[in-house]
Amino acid sequence: MIPFTYARAANTADAVVHGSAVGTKYIGGGTNLVDLMREGIEHPQALVDVSGLSRDINETADGGLLIGAGVKNTALAEHRLVRTRFPVLSRAIVAGASGQIRNMATVGGNLLQRTRCTYFYDDTGARCNKREPGQGCDAVDGFNRIHAILGASPACVATHPSDMCVALAALDAVVHLEGAGGKRTLPFNELHRLPEGRPDIETLLEPGELITAVELPAQPMAAHSTYRKVRDRASYAFALVSVAAALEVDGGMIRDVRLALGGVAHKPWRAWKAEEVLRGQPASQQLFQAAAEAELANATPLRDNGFKIELAKRTIIAVLGDLSGVSA
Amino acid sequence: MSIIEQAKQAAQGVAQTVVQKAVELAPESWLPGGKPDPLIHQKHGLIGKPVSRIDGPLKVQGKAPFAAEFPMDGLTYAAVAFSTLPKGRIASLDTSEAEAAPGVVLVMTYRNAPRMKAMPVFMSEAKAAGGDNLPVMQDDRIHWNGQPVALVLAETQEQADHAKTLIRLTYEAEPATTSFAEAKAQGTHPGLFMGSPMKQEIGDAEAALAAAPVKVDVTYTTPRHSHNPIEPHAATIVWQGDDLVVHDASQAVTHTAWSLGNIFGIEEAQVHVTSPYVGGGFGSKTLWQHQVLGAAAAKLAGRPVRIALSREGVYRMIGGRTLTEQRLAIGATKEGHFEAIIHTGTAPMTHHNAMPEPFILATKSAYAARNFKLDVEVTYLDMLANTFMRAPGESVGTFALESAVDEMAVALGMDPVELRAVNEPEKDPTDNKPFSSRNIVEAYRTGAERFGWSKRNPVPGSVRDGEWQVGMGVATSTYPYHRMPGGAAKLTLTRDGRMQVEIAAHEMGMGTATAQTQVTAERFGLELDQVSFAYGDSFLPGQVLAGGSQQTASIGASVVAAQHALVAELLKLAGNDSPLAGLRADEVGGMEGGLAKLDEPGRHETYASILSRAQRDEVSVVASAPPPLETMHWSMHSWGAMFCEVRVNSVTGEVRVSRFLGSFDCGRILNAKTAASQFRGGIIMGLGMALMEETQFDERSGRVMNPSLAEYHVPVHLDVPEIEVMWTDIADPHAPMGARGIGEIGITGVGAAVANAIYNATGKRIRDLPITLDKLM
Amino acid sequence: MAIRINGTDVQAPSDPRVSLLDLLREELHLTGTKKGCNQGACGACTVLVDGERVVSCLALAVQYEGREITTVEGLSENGALHPLQEAFVEHDGFQCGYCTPGQICSAIGMAGEAKRGVPSHVTEDLSAETITLTHDELRERMSGNLCRCGAYNGIVAAITETFVEAGE
Repeated sequence: MIPFTYARAANTADAVVHGSAVGTKYIGGGTNLVDLMREGIEHPQALVDVSGLSRDINETADGGLLIGAGVKNTALAEHRLVRTRFPVLSRAIVAGASGQIRNMATVGGNLLQRTRCTYFYDDTGARCNKREPGQGCDAVDGFNRIHAILGASPACVATHPSDMCVALAALDAVVHLEGAGGKRTLPFNELHRLPEGRPDIETLLEPGELITAVELPAQPMAAHSTYRKVRDRASYAFALVSVAAALEVDGGMIRDVRLALGGVAHKPWRAWKAEEVLRGQPASQQLFQAAAEAELANATPLRDNGFKIELAKRTIIAVLGDLSGVSA
Repeated sequence: MSIIEQAKQAAQGVAQTVVQKAVELAPESWLPGGKPDPLIHQKHGLIGKPVSRIDGPLKVQGKAPFAAEFPMDGLTYAAVAFSTLPKGRIASLDTSEAEAAPGVVLVMTYRNAPRMKAMPVFMSEAKAAGGDNLPVMQDDRIHWNGQPVALVLAETQEQADHAKTLIRLTYEAEPATTSFAEAKAQGTHPGLFMGSPMKQEIGDAEAALAAAPVKVDVTYTTPRHSHNPIEPHAATIVWQGDDLVVHDASQAVTHTAWSLGNIFGIEEAQVHVTSPYVGGGFGSKTLWQHQVLGAAAAKLAGRPVRIALSREGVYRMIGGRTLTEQRLAIGATKEGHFEAIIHTGTAPMTHHNAMPEPFILATKSAYAARNFKLDVEVTYLDMLANTFMRAPGESVGTFALESAVDEMAVALGMDPVELRAVNEPEKDPTDNKPFSSRNIVEAYRTGAERFGWSKRNPVPGSVRDGEWQVGMGVATSTYPYHRMPGGAAKLTLTRDGRMQVEIAAHEMGMGTATAQTQVTAERFGLELDQVSFAYGDSFLPGQVLAGGSQQTASIGASVVAAQHALVAELLKLAGNDSPLAGLRADEVGGMEGGLAKLDEPGRHETYASILSRAQRDEVSVVASAPPPLETMHWSMHSWGAMFCEVRVNSVTGEVRVSRFLGSFDCGRILNAKTAASQFRGGIIMGLGMALMEETQFDERSGRVMNPSLAEYHVPVHLDVPEIEVMWTDIADPHAPMGARGIGEIGITGVGAAVANAIYNATGKRIRDLPITLDKLM
Repeated sequence: MAIRINGTDVQAPSDPRVSLLDLLREELHLTGTKKGCNQGACGACTVLVDGERVVSCLALAVQYEGREITTVEGLSENGALHPLQEAFVEHDGFQCGYCTPGQICSAIGMAGEAKRGVPSHVTEDLSAETITLTHDELRERMSGNLCRCGAYNGIVAAITETFVEAGE
């Protein structure tokens, strides 16, 4: 870790003033940033501590939720309204990391956590375009069992590691931002980028911009939602594939659906194509299969991760089957 | 020359085969273990009792001091920089920025490191402890990707870690062999394990296989593994003049002291290695370059050094288990009698160590067959030296052997438990020695009954519970009894009737201190709280490696020897006024705080009484254990039957182990509580090996790519069901206390038990570890 | 503002790089809290912050000014072992003892979470007011604490005896 200065922000305005300086990063729970700093991958010269800011969860006028960026993962997962109105979010959060880390990690930090690609993590021994643009990517032809099957580029095949974000992608969340230029909002599904030629740029945040809150719009269908995560051990492992889904079925017809995938792409992957196939159709295993096929049609396997394509399809079908009650 | 003298010479490499033969033919009564340890007959005392760990209260309060926790004035902290290519030389080196960084005390590279000899590589000499025999930071050569190339000492760990990143290095690469296929193409060589080729042929196994009516002939592969003790390797090191003090995390204190003396050109007695608590070892906590570098830096800086490896550092500097590729072929009659067993294959190692993963070992003694072909070939890679990891050989070897036996049972349409019973040998099938004690059929019988084996549906894929397919599997576990030369113990009896045992043994969590306290109390007729057990210090007697599951036997034999000496001394002191007057040492035993005639307990005098009449405050003896000739006369092994129930998700291929039972035959169990933990711990490491563990070695660069506990998966709480363990408790008449080792057997057979259960659940036979979900989709 | 550690106020380190774990171990010589991976992957460094379990290796000490930290050294009262510590000894919930302080601190925090109804990955009914620590619930919630010696069965038994059977 290089030496850095530390300051605790008194309020959001104060944070944004300090956070705009070059070489400055915001720190929330630190569960990802401190690790990356120790590994020599992040090297901020100054940290602005925003973990004490925006710790509230408020119900919005329309029955949605406004979640402060400083809310801890555990607090969000256990919140009564989250558990009842957005169970997919509660389930996604508790599927991630460990109890200790969920007690530390913040909502804002969760959105900005970085990939678990082992070549990205090997600061001295491997090439990585995300760490060092233009350097090359050792993962493309290396160990890439955990890597992306959708939306990757020759420059980067990394995946986004968050579980919570997969739920937020399905829930059409809105991200509240504040920076030197003022406040703005961004649809959650536009926050993260695909790698293309610049995998080092992971979000559309402006320099110094701070995530202040995540808003969940009211979504009655979300009360009927779930999250399924598939991983290499029973607990405390990153997703190989995960599925967040909410479903509204009426008389056997799928009125509406929200579907997102984790562990498959550089960003939490909203399954727009599958949703389109599903919407307005009678629920059936064949339909679920068609939806899964549509979503994975452009999936590209690497040396070690071809299984993810079939795994993603199967998991989508199983989750839709569970939520609709239409099983094989 | 007595057989003992001959054996001593044999141990020094003189006339080994002659002695081997002599020992095989010798009358049992001449041999260590020839007369059963009298303790075996004491059935109602402390032996076997589930005594809680005597160091438990310290450990649960965090008060047990580990290697990186010794405070020292003026302590400096070390950080190590690692090479980033597998072979070549350092072309340029600039340490100026690092040296100028805040808090830096020293930057050490090959340019300024003190001149040192290479580490004596483990098993090359009696007390050699080194993981490799490469020069330690003595020149510009790079031998593996991850080799230490610089060490920084600073006032704080944060400063050292930062300064390390400021060292500028460039390399000149040389062609390296980092791919297993490429290495094999360059040729394989017979593996030499402890000096002997890992090669044996009996009869004509290939011909017998070809002629056998039923056969299995398949290849199994296992990946690299890392020990991953939760305590990373660490040492706190200080020079006191020319004497070196190392507070180490070690399973080999004496070996480490001798080796460090050798490296630094000082006497063994000038090196004091302590290791009172070790946060897990599993074969990894011997001497690696970090202790050498730490001592060198401490010398150069004239300051004490704490070198606590980062988790990545452990992966870069401390070897693990190498990969294996094994052919396992069995030819059988239609009735299931094995005619031929072929177990051959290849494992990579390095030119700088002596560890061909000996995966054939378990196969040598497991089943009756007339024809054997056994062969471990090695290839050489430019990589970090591989090393011993819990049940080296047997852990991965039994995966192949016991999977193949299951495949044979399927081919025969026979129950796999029955098939094993049919092939039960009367004596060791490859060396013809009698078994000292083998009750594996009994272990299978009782285990099967408790587990409910009879409820298993033999038709694969026939049991389902919702999304989950359910299956049961079984496999034999086995690990040899070892007792290495060099055991010795000091006993000190004080007038208040307290006994201190001192021996340079180790406590890494096996329960050694507790079990040996029980044993000693029982031997001398004392209460538990009258016995103290000192260990983990190279200044104590004996060279007792905590490895090869041999520590219990080694300590046992040493204490027996010391007991003989002490009793003789006490009888002398007792003199003619004692009720013991006129008795010989072998006629008396420890009872009720004193000595008594074995067959006439009324003739008894307390230790306190003997010592006070002799006007002695204490009496003290040191004695050495006899050479371990028992293993040259008998085939001595621990045995077990592993029963596993798995659930395999038909959607995702995820595997959950829902039940596991280990039924063991390991001789007498000394402490039911700590032994159960040893068995379970081994089994859990076996579950990890079966389902998730793999050190990812990038064959392009020779670099370990998952040097982290986040990316190298070991089982977590939710992966582990309640594991039932049971044992025959049949004493081995030829082992001290009747006890054979229990530390490593737990991991053996588990891979196969899981794989066989998965086959039963799904009909899919997976021959490549770990069995991750993609292999089952 | 100070950091309160086991009831004693401690100044935050002047170097903000110092983790809460290294503050405890190297500056305060409270070495009961262990360093297993220094990357949040093993749980050996678990301590309680205002009663909540966290991994102290990923916590910069300066962030914890004004907070109350309890380490394994702070669990016993008047020299008597905490009931969970007693249960760990009785059920052999450890072998080498290195992950043990982390397991114990984690379990205490975990029991509090279950009591107030924090759901887990294996919780079926998300609306439950409080969680019964079944075998699965307990194991899932403790999965952030690795034990390489494999003392998991004993750990689960000790926690069950202390927090489930004792009716806490």
